[in-house]
Amino acid sequence: MSEKDKMIEELKLIVKPYIQDEKGFEEMHEGTDFINDLKINSANLVDVILDIEDKYDIIFDNDSMDKMLNVKAALEIINQKVSEK
Amino acid sequence: MMNLKEIIAKLPYEKPFLFVDDLIEVTENGISGTYTFHENHDFYKGHFKNNPVTPGVILTETMAQIGLVSFGIYLMNEAGESIDGIQIALTSTEIDFFKPVFSNEKVLVKSEKDYFRFNKLKCNVEMFNAKEELVCRGKIAGMIAGKTN
Repeated sequence: MSEKDKMIEELKLIVKPYIQDEKGFEEMHEGTDFINDLKINSANLVDVILDIEDKYDIIFDNDSMDKMLNVKAALEIINQKVSEK
Repeated sequence: MMNLKEIIAKLPYEKPFLFVDDLIEVTENGISGTYTFHENHDFYKGHFKNNPVTPGVILTETMAQIGLVSFGIYLMNEAGESIDGIQIALTSTEIDFFKPVFSNEKVLVKSEKDYFRFNKLKCNVEMFNAKEELVCRGKIAGMIAGKTN
């Protein structure tokens, strides 16, 4: 399994409590949009971010929050924040 | 820093849907306040027939107005945000109820901040009656935004 696939699997575990679309969740991939494909509302997206912060020991700023729209962006933000540690 | 009267003045509610009489204390970690459910409230006519009991949704609303909205106004102001025309949307409630609240009872609401991040405020909120018995308790969350032009 590639590093990216491994991270997507980790992300699936994090978003699972907040998703409202099972099909979108089962098929979750790099292009998956949190709001449109997983039906996560903006309030729960904050919880997803807080759980990501705990998991990877990183802190999101407002700029990262605004970019946090899909799986690809999430992976980029996580990798960037982890490398800055 | 805002005083407690100023917070109440900024609340976006009025009678018959204002459920805050007094705020007692507010800090960056929490807030407390009281409300007395006057027997003239219209909902007592129907909840229940000849047996006025305060509806759970109204208890939840009271917890939210004190524990989330009043607190949110304070926190937004402390963060340097504009609180004129503040907009607050309730996003989740998870409440357990323990005791009924009858008409003319005074309740105390205590709220503690779980977190306030990216405009989402989530709190652990408890309500007590005049005998200091726990009436209900739970988690309430909402999204807060200043006026958008």
